[in-house]
Amino acid sequence: MLSRSLIAIIGCLMTLNIHANPKIEHWLTANGTRVYFTAAPELPMLDISIVFDAGSARDGEDLGSALMTNAILNEGAIGLNADQIAAKFEDVGARFSSSSQRDMALLSLRSLTDEDELKAALTMFKSVLVRPDFPQGAFERIKKQILIGFQAEKQSSAAIASRVFYSELYGNHPYASMSSGDEESVKQLTLKSLKAFYRQYYVSKNAVIVLVGAVNKQQAMGIAEQLVSELPEGQRAKPLEEVQPILKAVTKKIDHPTTQTHILMGQLGMSRGDADYYPLYVGNHILGGSGLVSRLNNEIREKRGLSYSVYSYYHPMQQLGPFQLGLQTKNSQADEALQVLKDTLRSFVNEGATEEELTAAKQNITGGFALRLDSNSKIAGYLTMIGFYGLPLDYLDVFKAHINDVTIEQIKDAYLRRINIDKMITVMVGGKK
Amino acid sequence: MVAKFKQIISLALLLPSIAIANVSEYRLDNGLKLIVKEDHRAPVVVSQVWYKVGSSYEHNGITGVSHMLEHMMFKGTENLAPNEFSQIIAANGGRENAFTGRDYTAYFQTLEKERLEVSFRLEAERMRKLVINDAELIKEQLVVAEERRMRTDDNPRALLREAFNATAFLNSPYHHPIIGWMSDINHYQGNDLRQWYQKWYAPNNATVVVVGDVIAKDVYSLAKQYFGFLKAEETAQLKPQIEVSQKGKRSIEVHAPAELPYLLMGWKVPVIKTVAEQAAWEPYTLDVLAGILDGGNSARFSRDLVRGSQIASVIGVGYGPFSRLADVFTISATPAQGVTINELQHAVISQIDLLKTELVSEEELKRIKAQVVASAVYERDSVFYQAMQIGMLETVGLDWRLSDEYLANIQSVTAEQIKEVVNKYFIDRTLTVAELIPESLHLEQAINSEGANDAL
Repeated sequence: MLSRSLIAIIGCLMTLNIHANPKIEHWLTANGTRVYFTAAPELPMLDISIVFDAGSARDGEDLGSALMTNAILNEGAIGLNADQIAAKFEDVGARFSSSSQRDMALLSLRSLTDEDELKAALTMFKSVLVRPDFPQGAFERIKKQILIGFQAEKQSSAAIASRVFYSELYGNHPYASMSSGDEESVKQLTLKSLKAFYRQYYVSKNAVIVLVGAVNKQQAMGIAEQLVSELPEGQRAKPLEEVQPILKAVTKKIDHPTTQTHILMGQLGMSRGDADYYPLYVGNHILGGSGLVSRLNNEIREKRGLSYSVYSYYHPMQQLGPFQLGLQTKNSQADEALQVLKDTLRSFVNEGATEEELTAAKQNITGGFALRLDSNSKIAGYLTMIGFYGLPLDYLDVFKAHINDVTIEQIKDAYLRRINIDKMITVMVGGKK
Repeated sequence: MVAKFKQIISLALLLPSIAIANVSEYRLDNGLKLIVKEDHRAPVVVSQVWYKVGSSYEHNGITGVSHMLEHMMFKGTENLAPNEFSQIIAANGGRENAFTGRDYTAYFQTLEKERLEVSFRLEAERMRKLVINDAELIKEQLVVAEERRMRTDDNPRALLREAFNATAFLNSPYHHPIIGWMSDINHYQGNDLRQWYQKWYAPNNATVVVVGDVIAKDVYSLAKQYFGFLKAEETAQLKPQIEVSQKGKRSIEVHAPAELPYLLMGWKVPVIKTVAEQAAWEPYTLDVLAGILDGGNSARFSRDLVRGSQIASVIGVGYGPFSRLADVFTISATPAQGVTINELQHAVISQIDLLKTELVSEEELKRIKAQVVASAVYERDSVFYQAMQIGMLETVGLDWRLSDEYLANIQSVTAEQIKEVVNKYFIDRTLTVAELIPESLHLEQAINSEGANDAL
């Protein structure tokens, strides 16, 4: 243990270089897992995640299997049941979580770094990862819980809209389904298919480990090595198939007994590492990504009071993620709001941004850059993204320069090429006027 | 006032120095309180202005006016056009927003550390120089009505919770929703807002909390420069509005378009602010109890009701010891497939009854405390959260130093005390039960005619 005065000295040393971007260390474990590490010695805690290319895009025919595989790991391992596993983590104040989206499946741990606590937490974490038991009882229960989740979805306009939007946007591509799958597919899932999924995708070559916290590089190397040492090497998942372009505009209206209509509109967006990333990102910031000062907010909320929230965003993924605009308004105003939403997008795509808007966007993005990295959990989020999508290690270092280089011509060019306003996917879920 | 008792203070000294509170407190001549916590981990600063006003300060007819005023605070001052506040913050790379609660209204910006001045300059301006323009108000009322539809009217569980609060609390202002009843939202007049602003927005009713990579005394100078010249105001005196004692179980049903039933149960309990000095341990004990039932995946509800008997699909506990007025300890749950609300309710009551007769194990107690100790470390990963804690404690009339004592008070809770509070407070006489009865999602007639009443 360090004495307090020593901690104070280290604290002073840290403040000297702390204000640069986090230093990212990267290496491979003996069995091929990519590791990304940033030392953050100020607080006695460690965040560690292991991310697999094992999201629902890997479901194949068995929709929902990725999510359920991810969810069942902490339900039983090395002969311990879910109660015992949870107690092992919580006895030492550690927080375990797991989640699964379209691209990624994650297991995460936040622990104190006192030697005993950390050791106990890491030991359990490793067991859940490498020696899961896939108990039959837990399988049946999780299945029921996911089915109840589908019922909960049916009472939310936002959830209904999102499901339909993805389905229309992606057609036959694996991104078309929700990570939870659907009622029909989940009912048919078997424990056997989950085990097969686990064996294929939860392998060291298909994994990225992220560590941020109060350990040094030597310790981080030991922890990462130890964590995956008993995982089979396996194969990295093959790149996902490309998304097919949208051929025509689609509008879906779904009756739902609510006072508001939720509107989602969008198109295919971009992938991680996309050549147009910066112009599209900055352009979207101006259009609908900057909260209270965006164009959409100005048109929909400030000028007309049509909606409490209105936004647009890109969600870059392994393949083209969605570009989505959304709002919610009382049913009688839905058509008007949709028209303003379309008009605002159309004029942005056709005419682009003004120099003034671009300057303001750059000031906001670069001036607030430090806010993106002001906590261990945010840094861990960036490391996960950089590691999983194979972005360059200097991604954070050059981010501001890339933003500053964007011109209004580039934005206009990128939006004209990428967004076809006549082929929008539009979903409206709500009650009648 | 917070009651402190001796053994707790001595315990605090034995604890590891987890909460090394690097905090400075100042008061300006006009009564404004400034609390600065230095945190040099990242070159950022969060600045929050907390006003002692919220929905529990409101009376019937103008419910939600604090929240409405929070919206209008972005709509122009003597020297700022509508939305200009947000544009200036954005141009400075800042992130900003505001929130209204039962006991507070707070405004915040997160900025690169050199730009704290921008926050102070603008917040000082809108602290005393807000302009409520009637045309802007009418537009923003529409926005707030949409916010209410989104959060409450179209959300069956939120509707149930609203009805629950209005049933559990008779005369306490916790009776009405923070966002206000729709009819009140639709009928604010400009003067309702102006009077509310005049009444509560003054330096002597505000606490400025700054956390980040700053030097406390420099922040103090900056605060004097920008807030120092603002005039103090005689703020209104709040009536106590102490909730009448409940003399019997209350049960309600809410029918709404939904797929899943939902159960909400709540018992009247004290909080730190309202508890008698000799019972100062009770709120901390209730907090530990919340952990025993719902503190993580190993807690009793997950273990026994979600996994064990599989009666509940989702179940959670709501208790916060830091409110201004006495509150309820709630349990909310969705039954598992094929389980009735009645069966679910019985299962919850059995869990409570068990706690009335059997002591929780040392192991469980230790586990909850370990989680609380760890949380105190994890919370420091966020400057925003640290500022929230300080601001909230100050604004409900507690002392920010309580966040340090909190840990010690939790550590001293015993199994016997848990048994005692469950027996004392978890009684039918003070229980309110609310049940969501799903109505077909295809019965559109009913909802549409109801929707029409909302029109301005």
